[in-house]
Amino acid sequence: MTIHDRDLEAAMASLFTTAPPSLAPGVLAAVGLADRYARIESPIGPLAVAWNGIGVSSVDVADDDASFEASHRARTGRRAISAERLPAALDRAIRRRLAGDRRVRIDLDLRSHTSFERDVWDKALEIPRGEVRPYGWIAAEIGRPRAVRAVGTALGHNPVPLIVPCHRVVRSDGTIGQYSLGGSHNKRTILAAEGLDPDRLESDARTGIRFVGSDTTGVVCLPSCHHARRITAAHRVPFRSMAGAIAAGYRPCRACRSGSGAIAA
Amino acid sequence: MDTDSQLIAALGRDLDGSFEALVLAHQDRLYSIALRMLGNTRDAEEAAQDALVRAYRALAGYPPQRILELRLRPWLATIVLNLCRSRIGRRAAGGRPPLSLDAAEPGTLEPPTDEHSGPAATAIRRDASRAWADLLLTLPPAYRSAVVLRHVDGLSYPELANALDRPEGTVKAQVHRGLALLRTAFEAAERREREEMTA
Repeated sequence: MTIHDRDLEAAMASLFTTAPPSLAPGVLAAVGLADRYARIESPIGPLAVAWNGIGVSSVDVADDDASFEASHRARTGRRAISAERLPAALDRAIRRRLAGDRRVRIDLDLRSHTSFERDVWDKALEIPRGEVRPYGWIAAEIGRPRAVRAVGTALGHNPVPLIVPCHRVVRSDGTIGQYSLGGSHNKRTILAAEGLDPDRLESDARTGIRFVGSDTTGVVCLPSCHHARRITAAHRVPFRSMAGAIAAGYRPCRACRSGSGAIAA
Repeated sequence: MDTDSQLIAALGRDLDGSFEALVLAHQDRLYSIALRMLGNTRDAEEAAQDALVRAYRALAGYPPQRILELRLRPWLATIVLNLCRSRIGRRAAGGRPPLSLDAAEPGTLEPPTDEHSGPAATAIRRDASRAWADLLLTLPPAYRSAVVLRHVDGLSYPELANALDRPEGTVKAQVHRGLALLRTAFEAAERREREEMTA
């Protein structure tokens, strides 16, 4: 049986097909013109995580798709397109980061943010899981000791909370302070999930204690430093100021760098 | 053609603002070309996506005048075709089987909605389409690409000559030779089927 040219050509034309729905969003995300997003579990419930070819671009509480998409667009100017799940490598990296691994690399898309903001967020990444630092500590560490208020503002603008752990930065008087991801209640929940007791932290702070020294080592730490938490009651020496600790012959801890932002204060 | 020239003008003015329109206008044809060249849906999606990403990066580096002179249809076809060729080359070098004919086709998995039109009729159409796709994959890549661009994608001969960077006479000959090979393969397959039925 022979087949006519016309039928052959028609058979070929019938092989034209439509692209799968994931193709266009994949392209737009790869070139940074739109972001994909999916949900992850967190101590404060499901969060939406958006990413593109450059990196993770936002993390937010996600009551519903429409409100996340609207807030993402308002913040970045880009569309967020829902995806079934995070890319496997990114999902693994975020889990490890939330579990406290600070070395795991997570690319971030922080275009349109200032270098000051990035410096603040980079510094927040140095705070270990289960510890906190005051705003003034960040300001001193990035070489802008007087910019304490601006540090607070930058942390409030952190587009990728939890991945950049701005919840580990508290007020200089020791109170937990505000949190962009749904308010201070969420900040307490996350800190508690990381092994810190926020109520204890605040009640200690109310007594005026800002530093804790060990009379065996002569080192003075911030109260949540893992070294400070190992000091037994018998050797624990509380201080209200770094100046007082230094006058008593103590030196600041090299791990929590308790001297940062505290010497002048 | 006219929508493409509007698109090109928009791309020249504002690449980021109009690139999505390019993706939506060309994704089906780039995916179809890749699927018919490579034979499986996952490779085809990757190749088509990669082609559009490369197109964006190229456009981002072009001065506006160069964008305005582009012939979008053959230009995009060349990009996806080159990616398909290098994938086919890698497969051959890696010793992997050249074709995976068992990959599911999009749209073939939905059950027939209308009992009256008959599952059999759908199956015949689907099998015919699958059979043609498989036959196409048996062609040497040079003939396969000529037939795919001309008769699956529907490029004109001038566009085809542009996409393949060959004289029009040469690409016409490649298309005709490709169709002739396809006819021979089709007839051989039919003969085999008849013999199996009578055996």
